[in-house]
Amino acid sequence: MDTPDRDQVTVPPDGRAPQDQPKWRKDFPIDWPQDEYVSRRDLIKFIGLTSASFVTGQFALVVKSLFDRGAAGPGAQAIASVDELAVGETKLFEYPAGSTPRMLARLGEEHFVAYDQQCTHLLCPVIPKVVDGKFHCPCHNGWFDAATGNVLAGPPPRPLPRVTLETRDGVVYATGIERRTS
Amino acid sequence: MAVPRDQTFFIDPARCIGCQACVQACTECSTHKGQSMIHLEYIDRQQSPQTVPVVCMHCDSPTCAEVCPADAIKRTADGVVQTARKPRCISCNNCVLACPFGVPKMDSRANLMMKCDMCYDRTSEGLKPWCASVCPSQALFWGTREEIEKLRPASTPANTFQFGNQTIHTKVQMMVPKGPINLLDMVASLNHTSVSHEVTDDILMSNLFQPDATF
Repeated sequence: MDTPDRDQVTVPPDGRAPQDQPKWRKDFPIDWPQDEYVSRRDLIKFIGLTSASFVTGQFALVVKSLFDRGAAGPGAQAIASVDELAVGETKLFEYPAGSTPRMLARLGEEHFVAYDQQCTHLLCPVIPKVVDGKFHCPCHNGWFDAATGNVLAGPPPRPLPRVTLETRDGVVYATGIERRTS
Repeated sequence: MAVPRDQTFFIDPARCIGCQACVQACTECSTHKGQSMIHLEYIDRQQSPQTVPVVCMHCDSPTCAEVCPADAIKRTADGVVQTARKPRCISCNNCVLACPFGVPKMDSRANLMMKCDMCYDRTSEGLKPWCASVCPSQALFWGTREEIEKLRPASTPANTFQFGNQTIHTKVQMMVPKGPINLLDMVASLNHTSVSHEVTDDILMSNLFQPDATF
């Protein structure tokens, strides 16, 4: 080819020189080589802005978690009486009211645990298999330990968020939510 | 590779015999099988059987690309205006309405504008476009200007068209009778009563329709 790739072959309808054309014409060129061409400055700008937005997002998450840690939880809420559940049974509840479903399980006579019902992988509801001491997410075959909420197998990246419990006078209260990363 | 700069289409409507070979050849191309990118148009169906093959003229300032709101119609460095980019085309029909030559057609099943791209897969490799390679009367000729001038001494290639206030220069050349023509005014020609459409073959007429005064 006798001309460099980026030479403009298309003539604007008004016939004026390329430098006299409006800016949108440079941004949306008709010529294929110009459309595909990315200048070094544009590339650096794109990389810089993208990296900066990622960094800002990370800092925003850090600040948000600091604020969340300082804030008071939803408070205590009665979710079930001790007699309501036999050993091995589970009950769904909302804590605080209007939240996504959470799950109370009675593992032993005095042993109650409560977790989010949503799998930490893609938010499918997990199925309790308390007899085996496990929770099972059928979507991608994820397994959680019933006693701790930790991941036993499958794709979930984090343990199930735990609801801290307190038993007073035969009533089980939810007192807080504990989000864990490992 | 790119389409050689000195090679282009030369369209000679006067040589078109309406055999549809170009349409068939285009339809059979595997890059757009079943769909012809070339149209064979009647110039004035009521008056004459004269047809003209319509390929994309590959304008220097492509109106189809100018009006495309999705930035889908692109022109390669060798001056060939390509079919709309499939991921970008929103099938808005702007190009179909805007093209002064009536070239782009909307494939409504594929939601994609498809048009003649001068058989880019072939011409960029040094081959002739399908239509030019099958045209028996060479109304569609692919080659250099020197070749066509040697072959058609009575004609001259023209590539400037006037549509109202819009002047268009094209990559594809139209063969016109030699003379002081350097610009084809399309709008004016609509109002112009031409003699070229009328068949004045006296021998044929006299044989077919015997004027019988006694009848």
